[in-house]
Amino acid sequence: MYNFDFVKPTSLAEAVKAMAKEDAQALGGGQTLIPTLKQRLASPAVLVSLSGIAEMKGVCVGDDGALCIGGGTTHATVAKEAAGKFPALAALAAGIGDPAVRNRGTIGGSLANNDPSACYPSAVLATGATIITNTRKIAADDFFEGLFTTALEPGEIITEVRFPVPERGAYAKFQQPASRFALTGAFVAKYGSGVRVAITGASENGVFRWTAAEKALSANFSAGALDGLSVASDSLIGDLHGTPAYRANLVKVMTRRAVAAS
Amino acid sequence: MPKDHGIGASSKRREDVRFLTGKGRYTDDINLRGQTHAVFVRSQVAHGKIRKIDTSDAEAMPGVIKVFTAADFDGKGGVPCGWQIHDRAGNPMLEPKHPILAEGKVRYVGDAVACVVAETLAEARDAAEAVVVDIEELPAVVDMKAAVKGGALVHDDLGSNLCYDWGFIEDNKAATDEAFKTAHHVTTLELVNNRLIPNAMEPRVAIGDYSQAGDDYTLYTTSQNPHVIRLLMGAFVLSIPEHKLRVVAPDVGGGFGSKIFHYIEEAFVTHASKVVNRPVKWTCSRSESFMTDAHGRDHVTKIELALDKDGHFQAIRTETYANMGAYLSTFAPSVPTYLHGTLMAGNYKTPHIYVNVKAVFTNTVPVDAYRGAGRPEATYQLERVIDKAAREMGIDPIEIRRRNFVGKDEFPYQTPVAVQYDTGNYQATMDKLVEIADIAGFERRRAESAKKGLLRGLGVNCYIEACGIAPSNLVGQLGARAGLYESATVRVNATGGLVVMTGSHSHGQGHETAFPQVISEMIGIPENMIEVVHGDTANTPMGMGTYGSRSLAVGGSAMVKATNKIIAKAKKIAAHLMEASEGDIELKDGKFSVAGTDKSVDWGAVCLAAYVPHNYPLESLEPGLEETAFYDPSNFTYPAGAYACEVEVDPETGKVTVCSFAAADDFGNIVNPMIVSGQVHGGLAQGIGQAMLEAAAYDGNGQLLSGSYMDYAMPRADDVPFYKVDHSCQTPCTHNPLGVKGCGEAGAIGSPPAVVNAVIDALQHGGHNVTHIDMPVSPSRVWSAING
Ligand SMILES: Cc1cc2nc3c(=O)[nH]c(=O)nc-3n(C[C@H](O)[C@H](O)[C@H](O)COP(=O)(O)OP(=O)(O)OC[C@H]3O[C@@H](n4cnc5c(N)ncnc54)[C@H](O)[C@@H]3O)c2cc1C
Repeated sequence: MYNFDFVKPTSLAEAVKAMAKEDAQALGGGQTLIPTLKQRLASPAVLVSLSGIAEMKGVCVGDDGALCIGGGTTHATVAKEAAGKFPALAALAAGIGDPAVRNRGTIGGSLANNDPSACYPSAVLATGATIITNTRKIAADDFFEGLFTTALEPGEIITEVRFPVPERGAYAKFQQPASRFALTGAFVAKYGSGVRVAITGASENGVFRWTAAEKALSANFSAGALDGLSVASDSLIGDLHGTPAYRANLVKVMTRRAVAAS
Repeated sequence: MPKDHGIGASSKRREDVRFLTGKGRYTDDINLRGQTHAVFVRSQVAHGKIRKIDTSDAEAMPGVIKVFTAADFDGKGGVPCGWQIHDRAGNPMLEPKHPILAEGKVRYVGDAVACVVAETLAEARDAAEAVVVDIEELPAVVDMKAAVKGGALVHDDLGSNLCYDWGFIEDNKAATDEAFKTAHHVTTLELVNNRLIPNAMEPRVAIGDYSQAGDDYTLYTTSQNPHVIRLLMGAFVLSIPEHKLRVVAPDVGGGFGSKIFHYIEEAFVTHASKVVNRPVKWTCSRSESFMTDAHGRDHVTKIELALDKDGHFQAIRTETYANMGAYLSTFAPSVPTYLHGTLMAGNYKTPHIYVNVKAVFTNTVPVDAYRGAGRPEATYQLERVIDKAAREMGIDPIEIRRRNFVGKDEFPYQTPVAVQYDTGNYQATMDKLVEIADIAGFERRRAESAKKGLLRGLGVNCYIEACGIAPSNLVGQLGARAGLYESATVRVNATGGLVVMTGSHSHGQGHETAFPQVISEMIGIPENMIEVVHGDTANTPMGMGTYGSRSLAVGGSAMVKATNKIIAKAKKIAAHLMEASEGDIELKDGKFSVAGTDKSVDWGAVCLAAYVPHNYPLESLEPGLEETAFYDPSNFTYPAGAYACEVEVDPETGKVTVCSFAAADDFGNIVNPMIVSGQVHGGLAQGIGQAMLEAAAYDGNGQLLSGSYMDYAMPRADDVPFYKVDHSCQTPCTHNPLGVKGCGEAGAIGSPPAVVNAVIDALQHGGHNVTHIDMPVSPSRVWSAING
């Protein structure tokens, strides 16, 4: 690590102020950022911890029925507190990392980081959730901009995520054997208005919607509806853990399993 | 009733009290007064010419004491190689210098170029980033076959990347070739034994401490064999006589072979501490250990098996390329040769065997012994080719093995590959396996898996290993530059408690528990009266350390010899005290008695007499009760076993789940069954890890792709099943006093082929024409094989 200053505000307003300093960076659960600092791959001047801000934590249900999760809420809390209202999301959170990671890592941190293999982005995109920051509301379809890039401006803080709860939905994750992030994961969400499918872990451009599957499933919500479909492997990731063709297969298999499980 | 103490008891591991409560004292826990910190500047390219190293900015940074480069080691040796192989023509292997800091060229990503010594670790890290290294990158050689076909030279002065081309036994070659010509059936298999990164839980650490007052040095280091390090570093690298050099290896958090070797960092801190006249500490980061700990395995092999029409083995022929990496690590040349070729007979009678090994330099981390070392490579190829042959010939895989076993009445059995097995009963171990693995119930389980859409497979294999390393005169002829005896000093205290100072080193094995069990059995005193001291050259006799499953078989035997000397002397004292003749004295349950009488004297009274010799035969016997013994084995020991694995394959994703694993081992006599089971469990996890998960991967430029746990998959608890292990089949070793064979490596040696055999069985039974998948049998590889 390089040296940095550390502040731990107790309100969002203070945090916003602290983030205005030069080279300030938000610290959520630190599950991504701390290892990055240890490897000296980042050198913020000030770390602004969000973990002391009560107003950014917790799970509740909004007037419109949406599930609202504070940006500083840990995966473990989501796993516990979303279980009744949105079990698919709770199960996703329960499947992230290990207990230590789940007790520190936050939804805001995960989304801001937008790791192409992370789990949450698929839930956010498949449900058409809204990301709320200290300055604005961002629709899921506008938020994810590719590998580790999002629509967030420098200094912008994710304060809340609002999920429209689907009638049926599930997340099916195939673990990468080493990291146990998603080698490929599929989130399927069925609403009265149609079905949305988001795929994580597979694409070189990060999380994406599988529109062909959405169309087929909107017409017939069953695993069999996917039978004739396939995903082109051109822009899929090829690495030590799987070829693009293998990932293309997983996209389909995991989507089928998500439908079957929902 | 199971015993509650002594040989055969499952005594609880006393060292675990300290390990499990955070009271262990590891090298990194040692902090010396005035200590400085070392951070290495390492090459980021796999191969390159060093044009210039500019240390001036770094040297001017806060806290920096000195920045070292190769020039600071002028006149010092390189770290030596401990084994010299002669090739097929009788020429010695090519042996490059391995300098402490790179001289002129860097040869792998991680090669140390310079080193900053500073007041604090943070200052050393900052300054290390400020060292400017100008390197002209050269093409790297990573692939072994390309490296010997005229790729770039790793060592220009050697003129070739072929370290040696070894034939074993060269005189067997003609007859072996002949046998292939007349064989009824020949099965051929090309395979890779995947490269592994050891990943001991504790990364390496070294602290050099030079004392001007005594002009002597202490090195604290994470080593499996402190005496070996003292000898190699003192004599060959830094020219420090042994009486001026103390090496301490305190608690060590796992080694698996990777902490046998003498590493450059050890020599660096020792020398640097004299230069800066303060202690110098280096602690390896996890990222650094991925790219500097010696890696394991990495063989590319073609094996052929010739059979007659009934499936009897006629001949075996192999050609292996073995990766040495960029330099020769301490025992690297011996691994693919004498620890591998000698095991190619397996548990079977094969009249003709010829093994060819080409050891190759590449721009990768040096490769050396890793749990099993050579024997897993031998076992894997042999047991895979047997399995393939059985399937090709339509013979049951268990039956084909039984047909070829060395029979229980055929010991000692001389193999065509130099070694002579002393004892074994392979049919009995196989019978035991069939029972504990419930082979009879397999088809029912297969049908149940099929209902879930999963393909179930059964894989079986045998293994044999040579351990209890090793007869010194024999290994000397084979090229070892060290003896491989072991030592023990048994020091009895005046009040009867005793300390064993052993040259063996425990880094997880449980010596502090098992060694006292042996002495407790011999003398009849409680185990808690006996303490084990190890790991410090200042207070243990010269010993060769722990690896090759040798501690109990060799170190334990030295301890038995020393204890026998103690008992012999104690009997003399007892005879004097009871005014009886020495020949009539019997020792039982800690009491000396005169045969045929009710006269007796306690162990404690005899010990007290030895140190308070008021009533003592001083004219004929020295006071005191302390004896040292060295034991040099007359042969290797040959643990053997039969393993079975069941897997389920998900054909949609290629994911393999290991459902069950059964291991029937013959380790000879057993001192502590619980520790033995634990050793087997750990070995199995490591072997299953190799088969299913682990792979050190380089790209074509020599960059390590699997440089962290994000990409290097270590086995976790939920990757492995609950094991069934059995070690009730026991054919005691005939040539060591304990009759023990060693159990530390068996699990890692015997398990990979069982896993892969099971996967192939599952796929073939599921209608997929797949005959081989290289390890690790990852989901994507299995899926690709199915959809290939
Ligand atoms: C061993 C391990 C296993 C893991 N497995 C998985 C897995 O299976 N699936 C998965 O999805 N993830 C996994 N993760 C990642 C984990 O979910 C992290 O928690 C997550 O990526 C980052 O969240 P964090 O709160 O720790 O953020 P931090 O590490 O603190 O920050 C990450 C980034 O987000 C920024 N940031 C943090 N909070 C906010 C905010 N509220 N608003 C704006 N920016 C913010 C930071 O500045 C930083 O750039 C794993 C991590 C580890 C260490």
